Amino acid sequence: MAVDPSDAIIRVRDVSVQFGSTKVLDELSLDVRRGEILGFVGPSGAGKSVLTRTIIGLVPKVSGRIEVFGIDLDAADAAERRGVERRWGILFQQGALFSSLTVRQNIQFPVREYLNLSQRLLDEITIAKLGMVGLKPEVVDRFPSELSGGMIKRVALARALALDPELVFLDEPTSGLDPIGAGDFDELVRTLQRTLGLTVFMVTHDLDSLHTACDRIAVLGSGKVIAAGTMADMQASEHPWLRSYFHGKRARAVVG
Amino acid sequence: MAQELKLDGPTLERIARGEGLALCAAGSWTAMFAPALERIVADAEQLTGTRPNIFIDVSDVAKLDTFGAWLIERLRRSLTEGGVEAKIAGLSANYSSLVDEVRRVEPTGPAEPVSGSFRAPIERLGRTVYAFGDDLVALISMMGAVLAAMLRAILHPSTFRLTSTVHHLEQVCWRAVPIVVLITFLIGCIISQQGIFHFRKFGADVFVVDMLGVLVLREIGVLLVAIMVAGRSGSAYTAELGSMKMREEIDALRTMGFDPIDVLIVPRMIALVLAMPILTFLGAMAALYGGGLVAWLYGGVDPDAFLLRLRDAISINHFTVGMIKAPVMAIVIGIVACVEGLAVQGSAESLGQHTTASVVKGIFFVIVMDGVFAIFFASIGM
Ligand SMILES: Nc1ncnc2c1ncn2[C@@H]1O[C@H](COP(=O)(O)OP(=O)(O)O)[C@@H](O)[C@H]1O
Ligand SMILES: [Mg+2]
Repeated sequence: MAVDPSDAIIRVRDVSVQFGSTKVLDELSLDVRRGEILGFVGPSGAGKSVLTRTIIGLVPKVSGRIEVFGIDLDAADAAERRGVERRWGILFQQGALFSSLTVRQNIQFPVREYLNLSQRLLDEITIAKLGMVGLKPEVVDRFPSELSGGMIKRVALARALALDPELVFLDEPTSGLDPIGAGDFDELVRTLQRTLGLTVFMVTHDLDSLHTACDRIAVLGSGKVIAAGTMADMQASEHPWLRSYFHGKRARAVVG
Repeated sequence: MAQELKLDGPTLERIARGEGLALCAAGSWTAMFAPALERIVADAEQLTGTRPNIFIDVSDVAKLDTFGAWLIERLRRSLTEGGVEAKIAGLSANYSSLVDEVRRVEPTGPAEPVSGSFRAPIERLGRTVYAFGDDLVALISMMGAVLAAMLRAILHPSTFRLTSTVHHLEQVCWRAVPIVVLITFLIGCIISQQGIFHFRKFGADVFVVDMLGVLVLREIGVLLVAIMVAGRSGSAYTAELGSMKMREEIDALRTMGFDPIDVLIVPRMIALVLAMPILTFLGAMAALYGGGLVAWLYGGVDPDAFLLRLRDAISINHFTVGMIKAPVMAIVIGIVACVEGLAVQGSAESLGQHTTASVVKGIFFVIVMDGVFAIFFASIGM
């Protein structure tokens, strides 16, 4: 898929985020281009989830500017904001399924809010979305407490995709999955990106994911993006953290 | 691929093509137009049987998403089922993978269960009554488990969790003092005012002191405090234990070799059993103070006369009865709260239900116990 480098779907400029006196993000800038899968890596506690939540607007920023689909969410009115929210889907690190709703109700929840569909079409689309994330129709009437961790991730992804968004945020989608399950998930994200023309912002720790699924990788360190580029760029980098991350024992096992 | 931004409504044109028929889809086949699309597709489904083969030509579709792709697939399926040879043609590379994706959807999903017949409320009532027996068994077994754990703590004092107990004592006792004192003070004022207002008709103003003393020390003090503790601390215990249960924290404790009863429940129970008599005493004093104040300011009974009358009217028995009840009420509230907390299942809704149940059942059992005590003390003449 042709990617126009100037066509940034998310544009983050000089964003700083602070909790009390600890600065988590320090004048961070980042572009995510239309149609790409961006892998976002960095040590635990570096602020990957915080950046994701800041872009979505759940964490207030001290300074800086964030545009999604070319709209500055700070300056947007309620209708514009709603328009943006309809066009993105979010997979939270813990899934964040509504525990008192069944799988079916979870997936239909955002659809009912934005679209006026017949119950028949809603049910068929629910089954279709479950199929896309690799789940059997049998699970539709189960509650989240009756699902395994991997199934929760998949249902949460189905819910994130329910409205056919243009942009999805995935916060560590493969953590807690077995390697085969994680591999399937990468494949799935790739397929969905191809079929639905998605742009994907994926926080991950998984080197396999970075290799198989991501078009571009950005690395977070000490509150900034210390490197961004393709896998080859990362492997060529001289930065000490990048060297140990991409040339460590685990990395060699992946690269072969 | 031309990504036009103007959004044309979807259309499905019918063009005869020799023996067969071509259905030419155009415009936006997206979720936004779903109601119109469903109508178009339902109309087209009527074509079943009119032609031997039908092409669904989607080359003019400007925009397609999962919803549109599914509806095209739905049309293809129902035509095929009706014995028509139906094919989808003109898919661009991008959209063909989307259509392939929805083609894999298995035809039927289980329907949502229907509920809400007139039998449902009656059935619920029956189940509730039946569940009452299970409740009693659960309460008694929890009581046994707590007693056994306390016995262990007495035999091996090193296993007793003093820090945790002190923490809970602060939560349920020290922090509850202001609200308990305020409310019992106000209730004392109200009882005294009402007593004076009505007794004055018989010229029996001063008997209000008798009423206030007996009522507050025997019944109202402990009952009011117990109800407040059930609402304040019982619900907190249930919510704390319930959310720990939900997030598998209690299972984690168990696997580390800790007994949740020892670690979580015994400190809470001991804190509550110590707190109730203290709060009852403070509450009774606040109520007497409030009653005395109103008797003086509103009824003209000056403090010396009030105290003199109080000394005559009440014996130590009245006070003892109230204080004996207090720890028992604490046990009832605590056990109910812990049983409900551990009964919480995975969902947030379940947590809410059990917290409500904890308060309602706690207050119910407190009042039942109060009745039992009334019979008991009457028969031993206290
Ligand atoms: N709500 C919060 N209040 C205070 N500190 C927070 C909060 N959320 C995150 N942090 C801190 O911000 C840092 C980054 O966290 P996070 O983005 O979750 O890390 P990760 O990169 O592993 O996802 C951590 O040091 C964390 O302690
Ligand atoms: Mg994180």
